[in-house]
Amino acid sequence: MDALLLSRIQFAWLIAFHILLPAFTVGLSCYIATLEVRYWITGNDVVRRLSAYWIKIFAISFGMGVVSGIVMPFQFGTNWSRFSDGASNVIGSLLAYEVLTAFYLEAAFLGVLLFGRKLVPQWAHAMSAVMVALGTVLSSFWILAVNSWMQTPAGYEVIDGRFFPTSMFEVIFTPSFPYRLVHTVSAFLVTTAFVILSVGAYYLRQGRALAESRIMVRMSLVFLTVMVPLQVIVGDLHGLNTLKYQPVKVAAMEGLWETQRGVPASIFALPDQEAEKNHFEIAIPKLGSLYLTHELDGEVKGLKEWPKEDRPPVAIVYFAFRIMVGIAMIMLFVVICGLLLWRRGKLFDSPWYLRLCTWTAPAGFIAVLAGWTTTEVGRQPWIIYGLMRTSEGVTPSLTASDVALSLSLYAVAYLIIFGGGYLLLRRLVRIGPTPAAEPQIAETHARPSRPLSAATDTLDTATSPAGARDES
Amino acid sequence: MNLDLVPLWAAILSLAVLMYVLLDGFDLGVGILFALRRNEHDRDLMVGSVAPIWDFNETWLILGGGGLLAVFPLAFAVIMPAVYFPILVMLLGLIFRGVAFEFRDAPGAKKSVWNAAFAYGSLVATYAQGVVLGNFIMGFPVSGRAFSGTSWDWIAPFPLLTGLGLVVGYMLLGATWLYMKTQGDLQQWARDKARWCLFGILLFIVMISVWTPLKDARIAERWFSMPNLFFFAPVPILTAAIAWLLWDSLRRGREVLPFLCAMGLFFLAYTGLIISLWPYVAPPSITLWDAATAPISQQFLIIGTMFLLPVILLYVFWSYWVFRGKVRSDIGYHH
Repeated sequence: MDALLLSRIQFAWLIAFHILLPAFTVGLSCYIATLEVRYWITGNDVVRRLSAYWIKIFAISFGMGVVSGIVMPFQFGTNWSRFSDGASNVIGSLLAYEVLTAFYLEAAFLGVLLFGRKLVPQWAHAMSAVMVALGTVLSSFWILAVNSWMQTPAGYEVIDGRFFPTSMFEVIFTPSFPYRLVHTVSAFLVTTAFVILSVGAYYLRQGRALAESRIMVRMSLVFLTVMVPLQVIVGDLHGLNTLKYQPVKVAAMEGLWETQRGVPASIFALPDQEAEKNHFEIAIPKLGSLYLTHELDGEVKGLKEWPKEDRPPVAIVYFAFRIMVGIAMIMLFVVICGLLLWRRGKLFDSPWYLRLCTWTAPAGFIAVLAGWTTTEVGRQPWIIYGLMRTSEGVTPSLTASDVALSLSLYAVAYLIIFGGGYLLLRRLVRIGPTPAAEPQIAETHARPSRPLSAATDTLDTATSPAGARDES
Repeated sequence: MNLDLVPLWAAILSLAVLMYVLLDGFDLGVGILFALRRNEHDRDLMVGSVAPIWDFNETWLILGGGGLLAVFPLAFAVIMPAVYFPILVMLLGLIFRGVAFEFRDAPGAKKSVWNAAFAYGSLVATYAQGVVLGNFIMGFPVSGRAFSGTSWDWIAPFPLLTGLGLVVGYMLLGATWLYMKTQGDLQQWARDKARWCLFGILLFIVMISVWTPLKDARIAERWFSMPNLFFFAPVPILTAAIAWLLWDSLRRGREVLPFLCAMGLFFLAYTGLIISLWPYVAPPSITLWDAATAPISQQFLIIGTMFLLPVILLYVFWSYWVFRGKVRSDIGYHH
């Protein structure tokens, strides 16, 4: 293992954990903003309780997202300094705009959203929720603009091996950016909606927090009915775009070695990078061309069109893509079942369906990770597609043992932090929303000095001794 | 015709770093002081005094880092590898203390563990920042467009000393902040700590002010040649005056003034640093102009920045205004 490979593993490790949080907080902030505005308009106390409940979960997720996000820009400098020096003229200002437009917006209004309900009028509280949501979406905009430029660079010129912008508009709105932006943000929203659906279903099964849970299940199911099919369509368009600009990535996604017309759709195979073929392939004839090119006889280029050193690791891309699509199919199934049950008036009392919904909580996260793996590993061996190899981006002064040390420290730290965070969030979900009848009871149990945390006073009384064991 | 935006950018980034040092400085300082205060009720108040604003304070760090990447990328590409491990340690410290804000109050959580994460995370992050600062003054060996030293060059007497200096400095900010935001016993305790830290920081300021010109002829030349000596004399004089004012205002029980004085001390030390280093962004060879990004990138970013920075400052003041006054224990979002 050299410093390059270890740096790549380190980046993958850090961003894989980090991306789980925006995948959740972008959607959740939008949901909370919706609830806060709804409460401001209707004054419905159930909505307020529901929002207060999700704000607790949001607070912890957002905190984890912030600290794991701060790590990311520093990676560019510490481990990828040649890439930073080469590409910052083009993409640096985009990252700076993320800080200016998104981070400050989120951070300043987050304080008011979390701690200000008693201090500001409801309109200001609702506005703070909207601002936080806007911040998370803007953040996605800039980060995906940077990523899209690395995938499908445009609006640049190369001078002495470094990249300089010729048009900032073209740098931001590269060919893959609109598709990537819509596909990713929509994935984040869908991920969150499945978590909300899952939590609502979980309480319904247990017969508690019924009013809140019905709102959760109804809102998320309506949303998913629109978004899941839309996401499939957007994904298909994104695929067409990738075929046009990064055909080798699509070849890897399909495990396609030979250029051909009427490409079969590969259901399962074991791609063999060395032998340049697939083992144990199960495929449906012609279907591949149909969904890749929208023509039965459309031509798709195979991996052998490119020199071996320009091909991505095929098996990772192939399987990651199948996991993402497989989860999309499961999501569609859950939505269709839910709609059928709703029509028959049995949405809230079909134990098997509620159980199924409960199990969907991790679905979106897995799909996001799989999709991200598909697109990022599919970009290899390039850090800037077709222009700069990943191996040319790494910091020259690093030794393998330097990066091995930093990677192991990050690995341990993230296991502790994310493990602890997961247990804490799980406990919050188990405890559930504050019951309506006794909103102030817990106040008397509260230690008087707790100005902050979500998981505090009202929850202390509800925590079971058994549940208290497994916190790290 | 191209307007040279580099001085403006240097000013904006200097402002971002100064804001970071002042703001996250006091909440990191509260985190370090937290280790010294055993009373659990007071500890909750200490955390509570910074809980609504720490996230925002830390955002200035990303603006400083991101801004360096965006506007002076060569400096970013040289400095970051040189301080690879201090940056790693700082990030890990910030991660642990950041999540501790939430985790330490979790139902059934081992509060002692996350208390330790909060205190030691703050301490370690601060020390690492101080080491980065020391490296900055020492300079970075460069060949071509890349850092040519090793990842362990930061282990040297001077950076290890500036690390300690920053710890004491942030503790002074934290202590004066607590003196302003709390009452009773805790407030008196904070006053006591502020006094000790004031002596400590003056000691470090003197040590660093003597060490740097002795070690670096260029810095000595900058300060002690004529007429510079005359121009820059106000910096040490004001430092002494503000230190005295801080001491006096603590004695007279003024609540806000000590915090402002502590920030003033930091501002002056920072000014001194800029005087020493200008025009280098990665001393001793890379100037701001060497490291600057292409004019088109600077122009693209300046348009938004000139519009957004005032807006940011506006809602920041609003956000601070909402949480003005003594820290309360009843405004958490669980109520």
